Amino acid sequence: MTEVTELERPEGEALNTREVLLNLGPQHPSTHGVLRLVLELDGEYVERVDPHIGYLHRGTEKLAESFTYTQIFPLTDRLDYLCPPSNNLAFALAVEKLLGIEAPIRAQYIRVMMAELARISGHLLITGALPMDLGAMTALLYAMREREMIMDLLEMITGARMHTSFCRVGGVREDLPDGFLPKIREFCDIFPNRIRDYERLLENNRVFLKRTEGIGVISGEDAVDLGLSGPNLRASGVDWDIRRDEPYEIYDRLEFNVVTRPEGDCYARWRCRVEEMRESIRIIEQCLDQMPEGPFQVDMPTIAFPVDKERVHCSMEALIQHFDLSAYGFAVPRGEVYSAIEAPKGELGFYIISDGSPKPFRMKVRAPSFVNLQALFGVSNARYLADMIAVLGSLDPVMAEVDK
Amino acid sequence: MSAEMSLIRTLISERFGEAIEALGFSHGVHAFASPPDLIVELCRFLKEHPALRFNFLSDVCGVDHYPETPRYEAVYHLYSLPNKWRIRIKCRLGDPPRIPSVTGVWRTANWHEREAWDMYGIRFEGHPDLRRIYMWEGFEGFPQRKDFPLRGYRDKLNPFGAEGPPPTEPDLATREIPQGGRLTPER
Repeated sequence: MTEVTELERPEGEALNTREVLLNLGPQHPSTHGVLRLVLELDGEYVERVDPHIGYLHRGTEKLAESFTYTQIFPLTDRLDYLCPPSNNLAFALAVEKLLGIEAPIRAQYIRVMMAELARISGHLLITGALPMDLGAMTALLYAMREREMIMDLLEMITGARMHTSFCRVGGVREDLPDGFLPKIREFCDIFPNRIRDYERLLENNRVFLKRTEGIGVISGEDAVDLGLSGPNLRASGVDWDIRRDEPYEIYDRLEFNVVTRPEGDCYARWRCRVEEMRESIRIIEQCLDQMPEGPFQVDMPTIAFPVDKERVHCSMEALIQHFDLSAYGFAVPRGEVYSAIEAPKGELGFYIISDGSPKPFRMKVRAPSFVNLQALFGVSNARYLADMIAVLGSLDPVMAEVDK
Repeated sequence: MSAEMSLIRTLISERFGEAIEALGFSHGVHAFASPPDLIVELCRFLKEHPALRFNFLSDVCGVDHYPETPRYEAVYHLYSLPNKWRIRIKCRLGDPPRIPSVTGVWRTANWHEREAWDMYGIRFEGHPDLRRIYMWEGFEGFPQRKDFPLRGYRDKLNPFGAEGPPPTEPDLATREIPQGGRLTPER
């Protein structure tokens, strides 16, 4: 090879080089979905990056305008499909604010517990997938083993492994099943040791550290400017967690630490997620300890199906309400609401404008992954193509949520 | 809550007079209506005022109020990390909708504004890279407008679509595409 180049090069002239345009994706394992990056390369240096998104665009917001509020829950499942319970929760909270109702306490505990299970499931995938992008396959396989346990728990509650759709406006669909509590206690006992295993697998791994420490540094100021949220923001040293700062549901009754790291590099983002899983386990345990008995749905026949189906069979009025609710949904008073929760990826907000009908006039999803992915512009010192894979993995975008 | 409300209102009315209208407080968010040409100045003021410091732009989105006039609306959701306040700024826009871009105030506005352009055709003036983001380059029409047909326009492949030609934006095809962001500023 070198001989040919030598021959082609005229005497005394420098080697003729040019920039290469490279398409990374839309089908590439390290893009975690259908992301296409158009990269301008100078050798191995990335000169410019231009993310092209929209390959998974399903028009969730437009679809929602012709769905009733209850029908929208399955759509929210498909945003961040790694953690559907928190998407359901965010949407339910927004509608409940518009209606001016609150779910019963037991339902709130169930929702928070499921949202935290979802957080662990989402974080598990990325704590395993980031090392895999960098060549360490083992961590992902271990992470998948534990994720399977969460899937089983979710299946026990909802009957579905991924798209749970378990929240309803004004509560949850069903009560927790018999035999669930020992199962989740067992998980809470096992899991902290497993987190320790992942740490031992990677925190002293010289290759992993070389590939992540000091790579893709985002300063705190830049992170706020770029709109990062969730673990990505906290890994840059900004102490903001909606669960603590604007507590929703029963988070103000729970004790947990907000994990921050000052470095802002890929390792800090990975580390933040690992630590957050520990906090989530603490939250789940507190939920189990504090969870009271009681109803799991509001007792409002115009909004939620009656728990006691006998009423529908015996009373004309209840039958009419039941029919109305199944056929037309429930009307939501005119108004608008922006309600945000701390989803595993960051601030997940729903902005809903209601015109008083059973369908939203406008629903805007503030998807955290969509905003986080933009930070690819703001990363200053990822110069090599290989580093960009690490940065992308550590930002943890889920393309279904990016594309909505 | 009322103390912070009156503080925000007073500071804004001191600076902008009657131009910014307070729309009240609901569900944890203070709402204000602003004329479109003041938006950049207002955002910069809210971000940089030492008592307010709305330094986090949560969201920018478009709304179509068809058939009302003015038809369009751009809605900004801001959050103050130090104060933990939320604020909503609403700008009603005529047809064709145009508003100055706030990308100079927050870089995160870039993709939000591209999305609003893609879905509603709101032109953010001064945006460095106003391309479609979800739909492909060359797509005609703005899919989230209320008059966009849900089943497409009728042609030989789509017998169930709506009548009428798709709306066109003449300068869309010929517009020069600016370059994207730089990953590595220096060599």
